[in-house]
Amino acid sequence: MRALEKQRNILDFTLSSLGRRKGKNIALVLVYTFVIFLLASVLFFSHSLKKEAALILQDAPAMTVQKLVAGRQDLIPTHYIDSIRQIKGVQSVAPRLWGYYYDALSGANYTLMVNADLNDRAGEIVIGNGVSWRSAAGKRNQPLRKNEIIPFKTYDGSALSLKVSGLLPFASELVTADLILVSETDFRKIFSIATGQATDLVLQVRNAKELPVIATKITQIHPDTRPILREEILRTYDAVFDWRSGVIIMVLAGVFLAFIILAWDKATGLSAEEKREIGILKATGWETTDILLMKFWEGAAVSLMAFFMGIFLAYLHIFLASSILFAPVLKGWSVLYPHFRLTPYISGYQIATLFFLTVIPYTVATIVPSWRSATIDPDSVMRM
Amino acid sequence: MIFHPGILALLLGSALTSSMLCYCAYEGVRIIRCWDIRSGSERQLGLERRTYLVSMVMSYVLGFQLLSLFLFIYTADTLSPLFVGAMCAAGSLNVNGFGYPALILKIVSCLLSGLWLIVNFTDNKAPDYPLIRTKYWLLLGIAPFLLAETSVQAGHLLGLRPNIITSCCGTLFSIDANTVMADFLALPRLLSQIAFFASIFITMALGLSVYLKAKGVYSFSIASFIHFLMSVAALISVISIYFYELPTHHCPFCILHSEYGYVGYPLYLAILVSAVSGLGAGVINPFRKIDSLHDVIPRIQKLLSLISILANSLLVLIAGYGILFSNLSMAAY
Amino acid sequence: MIHLQNIRKVFNAGRPNEFVAIEGVTLAIDSQGATALKGPSGSGKTTLLSILGCMARPTAGRITLQEREITSLPERFLTEIRRETFGFIFQQFNLIKGITALENVMLPAYPNGENYVSLKKRAMELLDLLNIGGKATSKVEWLSGGEAQRTAIARALINNPAIIIADEPTAHLDTRLSAEFMEIMRQLKQEGKTILIASHDPIVYESDVIDRIVEMRDGRIVSSGDVP
Ligand SMILES: Nc1ncnc2c1ncn2[C@@H]1O[C@H](COP(=O)(O)OP(=O)(O)O)[C@@H](O)[C@H]1O
Ligand SMILES: [Mg+2]
Repeated sequence: MRALEKQRNILDFTLSSLGRRKGKNIALVLVYTFVIFLLASVLFFSHSLKKEAALILQDAPAMTVQKLVAGRQDLIPTHYIDSIRQIKGVQSVAPRLWGYYYDALSGANYTLMVNADLNDRAGEIVIGNGVSWRSAAGKRNQPLRKNEIIPFKTYDGSALSLKVSGLLPFASELVTADLILVSETDFRKIFSIATGQATDLVLQVRNAKELPVIATKITQIHPDTRPILREEILRTYDAVFDWRSGVIIMVLAGVFLAFIILAWDKATGLSAEEKREIGILKATGWETTDILLMKFWEGAAVSLMAFFMGIFLAYLHIFLASSILFAPVLKGWSVLYPHFRLTPYISGYQIATLFFLTVIPYTVATIVPSWRSATIDPDSVMRM
Repeated sequence: MIFHPGILALLLGSALTSSMLCYCAYEGVRIIRCWDIRSGSERQLGLERRTYLVSMVMSYVLGFQLLSLFLFIYTADTLSPLFVGAMCAAGSLNVNGFGYPALILKIVSCLLSGLWLIVNFTDNKAPDYPLIRTKYWLLLGIAPFLLAETSVQAGHLLGLRPNIITSCCGTLFSIDANTVMADFLALPRLLSQIAFFASIFITMALGLSVYLKAKGVYSFSIASFIHFLMSVAALISVISIYFYELPTHHCPFCILHSEYGYVGYPLYLAILVSAVSGLGAGVINPFRKIDSLHDVIPRIQKLLSLISILANSLLVLIAGYGILFSNLSMAAY
Repeated sequence: MIHLQNIRKVFNAGRPNEFVAIEGVTLAIDSQGATALKGPSGSGKTTLLSILGCMARPTAGRITLQEREITSLPERFLTEIRRETFGFIFQQFNLIKGITALENVMLPAYPNGENYVSLKKRAMELLDLLNIGGKATSKVEWLSGGEAQRTAIARALINNPAIIIADEPTAHLDTRLSAEFMEIMRQLKQEGKTILIASHDPIVYESDVIDRIVEMRDGRIVSSGDVP
């Protein structure tokens, strides 16, 4: 009980001392908060992207088959479908037509994809949210609406005007933002793709466990193809996002080092007043351990304050302010995400990782300085 | 290497811990060589001050080690989708030969730094610091474990590559496999349960005897150690399946997941605390003969036995809850 | 009560600026009564007080406090003894700025783990006793010289020490306040406390409160005797 009461008294005094020295601590807390804010933003952001990707891929086909020519992806002949359908365990095979389209007017890349629903409505398109904001026709600072026209340039330079017949729902903005759904006829017109060819094939199988076997069989029948499993894509996504956030953390290491030096400096550069106070406390009966305890609480208070403020700000930044600071770095090439919003998601693991990356180095940096200040001679006050 | 924030955090944390420890070891050598409590020289006063630094650093080391143990498992968990066949930490750890040794070394490091702090605490209670050289020798003795932990962990984490094919808890902790683990899991569940609860109650009874009568410290300590091994075994063989409600799922890591209400954390902590306090009581017992510690040690042992009893009560509560309220069908066996 | 035997204190030992501040001091302080350490500036009074008050350890020699050998006690244990046995009054009062007089008085008792409420009550009683209860909640920088001095005395008394140690307590006080300080010391002496004051101020060592004067010069005791 005594020990508890002692802790409480010391903690009380520490907090009131921190309050008295607001000026000195405020700069440190602000920088500390900023560092945590940056790191937390990176973590939250990449993690949410991972989640998002996983969500999208849930509905993706279990297997995609591409054709390779000289190691690069090429159009796949649709007659491959028949032989693949013969393989045991394959439920259905369907061709897909999709590709990227560079719109010189808006400077953006769109993903064009054929949608069977539009096949008897040639001349119409359905667009994602990002497209509606960015395309040339939407330059008046308001999104494109239904029945407006987007001009496309076909492979031979001639123009093809397509009418917006609808907008894609918001569900997952990350993938649908730059998406344009077109009819098969228009798609083939824009890119000059002959009938009998498709971008790739997608497969449904009866039993997911048979996927590897089926994949092997496909490569035996058509050695020029490459089957891709959904699991593999997921894995690659994870690795890519982790890798990106890891790289950013390394880049931030410079900022972080500067912060640690600041923390060290602040902890070392005790003001004469603080030295006098510690001297008085020691002379009147505080033990070195008590001062260390005080220093521990001081560090804990500063860290916790910065930690929660940093996390809170990062949350606002990523999930409410559309990650304005570094969205371009993490998301890649596309310039299409003005109203991009991620689903809020924070896990204990991210918090623990953050703690390791920030609070522990800070604590380590302040150990020696606080020990130094705690071991000043108690009789030093008698000579001041 | 996989550039993952968790991996960076672990590597950074263990690098910091190790360098702090190296510093402590260096101070330890100076103290072993130069300590002379009778002297009032400035060098002696300086050394005395250093002991505060070492104590503080070691407390932080223990704290960081504990956190890093959980972060390590957690990271292994998060990384599991990157490896073919891994569903949880069990699979990721199995990706290369360093995963499980790193985990074991981490647990050992926690136990050792906890024990060192108990010895240190005891020594600081006697005005003549009778254990000063002993404890710094001990520090030099445990430093290699912590350093090994750092390097083995680094070996594991740096050696991770996506798409490695591994086997997970389904096969590692399965009775179908042809391993020691399998033979052990094949033991009748009732027997393992009885053994586990017997070890808890024996430890608690011996702890109570230390608490009330200051007797049987060594038996208590040995019981605590056996109980620690039994708990780890029970965690894998019986406790886990009740929480998973699957008679064949023997994974010690999945219970750290949110699906099981994070029940793994208090469970792990209770097991570790019980082991450290029980072993600690025994480790300081030989020093009872020292005059200045004669009265101090029984008091500390009393405190340790109380902590052990509380930790084991928590263990009984959690394990008991899991077993009693599980929907695991008994008919499954 | 306190016995010093052949005490020697060296600063910066082994370095070019090595300095012997105390040399061959043997001294016994009895319980109850007031002793004054007298001597010019730099004669080693403060150093000797800090050794007597368990704040610093001597380089050589032996100290016993109430029959207990404390010469080579580590800081951890010396502090406990210091907290329980000694109350200190410093030359500059050395109050902590920015907090109230009351908190200043309570501070030395925090490590004891006493309940905050009962501690506060005791501190309040001490301030009342010294007639500055009304200033308890004022920040110390707003206190007058006399009030600050009383607050410092109250702080020295909070752990109910047997010995009061004061180093040049009157250096920053005018004559009236100095005399007032000696009056408070007289009361404390009457309550049975042992009093040790280092000073080169005649108001202190010529006061009739003082029973014994120890004179120092260049780190040695040159004379020691009871006041007639
Ligand atoms: N920490 C120290 N390092 C070096 N010299 C010191 C230190 N403390 C005191 N001294 C020296 O010791 C001598 C005695 O000082 P002190 O005890 O303060 O004398 P007094 O209190 O009688 O004025 C002085 O010459 C002073 O310079
Ligand atoms: Mg002086």
